[in-house]
Amino acid sequence: MEQLGLSAPVIFFAAIFTNNILLTNFLGMCSFLAISREVRSSLGLGFAVIFVMTCTSGLNYLVYYYLLVPFGMEHFRFIAFIIVIAAFVQLVEMVIERSSPVLYVILGIFLPLITVNCAILGVALFMIIRKYTFLQSVAYGAGGGIGWTLAIVAMGGIREKLRGAKIPKPLEGPGIALIIAGLMALAFVAFSGMIQIQ
Amino acid sequence: MARIRSKSVFITGLWRENPVFRQILGICSALAVTNLLINTLIMGLSLIFVVTMSNMTVSILRNITPTRIRMMVQTLIIASYVIIVDITLKAYLPDISVALGPYVGLIITNCIIMGRCEAFARNNSLWPSFLDGIGSGCGYAVILLTVAFFRELMGFGSLFGVQVMSVGWTNWVIMVMAPGAFFMLGVVIWVVRSFGAREEEAEIKR
Repeated sequence: MEQLGLSAPVIFFAAIFTNNILLTNFLGMCSFLAISREVRSSLGLGFAVIFVMTCTSGLNYLVYYYLLVPFGMEHFRFIAFIIVIAAFVQLVEMVIERSSPVLYVILGIFLPLITVNCAILGVALFMIIRKYTFLQSVAYGAGGGIGWTLAIVAMGGIREKLRGAKIPKPLEGPGIALIIAGLMALAFVAFSGMIQIQ
Repeated sequence: MARIRSKSVFITGLWRENPVFRQILGICSALAVTNLLINTLIMGLSLIFVVTMSNMTVSILRNITPTRIRMMVQTLIIASYVIIVDITLKAYLPDISVALGPYVGLIITNCIIMGRCEAFARNNSLWPSFLDGIGSGCGYAVILLTVAFFRELMGFGSLFGVQVMSVGWTNWVIMVMAPGAFFMLGVVIWVVRSFGAREEEAEIKR
């Protein structure tokens, strides 16, 4: 199961920079384009994603290797992961609502959105395909979440500045957002010499 | 009434409410698998299958599904069809299955399918739901193929793995990498929308 030479911290940094889940794997694009109009809401969604992604990647690891594999039910991993993610998000929402109203105001409206965020499921599927250990999976989840947040906050900042810019009408909204994302991805390609995970 | 509608339902999904460039849904996979035409074709077909079948299933079950848990039911229906696709690809097209990697599984969270089930199939009978599924599935596949056509042509100088560019052609490596996908989809949306804008103006004048 161990991938040689890739310790958890290496995977953590690789997931943030060289293999940024949004800019190289295109995961979580829908909410990326919809929410990234301003820094504030991007940040809120980002924190929710970091939290949920870190926890669910660990949970999904346990579910896959201790529940599905022993019974030979690997094909049901899609259903299992979706249920784990949905249940976890629901649970977190209830806990936060009771215990921390401040946190609920910050994260509350974003939590339901996360269930359908493909990045969360994507991280779980990548960790199975790449045969990560438990520690590596959690590191990948945390790094992936931080990388995603980094990208969406940067995007929110750029789009705030763009408000006054003159853009051809058909290009407004998603069109220009995609092209900016392309430029950002180009910048992130520069990191790719540092570490490679596959 | 029914006859007129069924054709327009199909066209609506294909063009007027095209999931990718009109509603900006489901572009995760649109970007990830489009560097080779053949992968894109398989992805498109899988998606058409899943969206059509789950639309029909949701439509059949629409009267007995409790409203409160309908999202969960829809997700499970979609996931079951995705599992079928995944197993089939693994058995018959193992290479492509490896190349598509997690993106087959990600069809589940592709907002197009959930969107169609929620917006259309839940309130309509079997036949329109079937057409709606095929329409929006094809709309998605067409855009994907357009993006993939240019990316493969510029990035590898080939189409479906067959070399078409002459020897002197220098491959645009950037088109194969991630940034190329963003640029290409951005440009496609730009072009299509500028045509769409004219169409809408014409409609308003009428």
